[in-house]
Amino acid sequence: MAVEVRIPPLVQRVTGGARSLNASGVTVNELLADLDRQFPGFSKEIRDDSGQVHRFVNIYVNDEDVRFLNKLDTPVKDGDVVSILPAMAGGAA
Amino acid sequence: MTLPPLTPEDIQRYHRHLIIPEVGSTGQRKLKAAKVLLIGAGGLGSPAALYLAAAGVGTIGLVDFDVVDVSNLQRQILHSTSWLGKSKVESGKARIGDLNPLVNVVGYEEPLTSENAIRIFEQYDIIVNGCDNFPTRYLANDASVFLEKPLVDGSIFRFEGQATVYLPGKGCYRCLYPDPPPPGAVPSCAEAGVLGVLPGFVGVVQAIETVKLILEIGESINGRLLLFDALEMRIREVRVRRDPECKVCGEHPTVTQLIDYEEFCGVPHRESSVEAPVPVAV
Repeated sequence: MAVEVRIPPLVQRVTGGARSLNASGVTVNELLADLDRQFPGFSKEIRDDSGQVHRFVNIYVNDEDVRFLNKLDTPVKDGDVVSILPAMAGGAA
Repeated sequence: MTLPPLTPEDIQRYHRHLIIPEVGSTGQRKLKAAKVLLIGAGGLGSPAALYLAAAGVGTIGLVDFDVVDVSNLQRQILHSTSWLGKSKVESGKARIGDLNPLVNVVGYEEPLTSENAIRIFEQYDIIVNGCDNFPTRYLANDASVFLEKPLVDGSIFRFEGQATVYLPGKGCYRCLYPDPPPPGAVPSCAEAGVLGVLPGFVGVVQAIETVKLILEIGESINGRLLLFDALEMRIREVRVRRDPECKVCGEHPTVTQLIDYEEFCGVPHRESSVEAPVPVAV
């Protein structure tokens, strides 16, 4: 089963520049683990040393923030789009 | 509130608004009565300021303590080469005055801080955020929440932009991002670059949402975060929900007044930072 995962610009350095990837799994956690297998270093880009997803990185299944669903255990199915959205600072003063 | 009347000059200038049923004379008078504060006269503030002024927003506040640098002109269309080295607020006032002398422009040539934010914000109806750093982003959010002002937010990075509107009682930036990234984790546009045209799009989205709020028409982008990808020319959106546990706007807020936002974001205080000249990339 393949789910599209949208990769933010800063993480694209570990995905060979790919902006969107297919990943396998039935939960968000499994998708992220699959991407870490495909692209070593992927997890380090979005998780802290204790393995938690950074607080400034939000993950959405379709248009819903997983914090308001089942967090990383939120189920995913074929055709879902998962987005990883870190906070943006700018503005461009 | 009593709306100001339209002068013959207004009626000529805003003709294309006046003939739209959703705007009309009442709408134009709402625009004339409106007071909008722009945080930052930079990439996002430039297009927002120009379009809001052109549309006839009666009072526009500009907060910016910077001067016009040549590297700004790739995207900051409020400023011009003849203003290099001069204050962005003065440059903005001159440009807006030339575009629409009927607009009252109020300049604040000072950094936005926990000391002045409330005093400045309380004079405006709507806050438009075009700042370039996390401490100001959290400060603008918290001050808007405390004063119950709508915050029209925008941010950009390289080819991607985000925009939303936070309305009082309906969620805030901290519901989306409760904690700032550690310093250095998320580069700014100054560090990572930005496509010069991109802030034009996002700043105009902010201006449109601001005008809709003033006119009380349409469907606000409140509750939705617009995600714009210039490379793929795609717009998507995700939901923004009010977090009942939000420290500022939740059920049991623990932050009830402005704090030290530089400390909160782990960045050096502005006062203590040495104003070293930034090396120019070749």
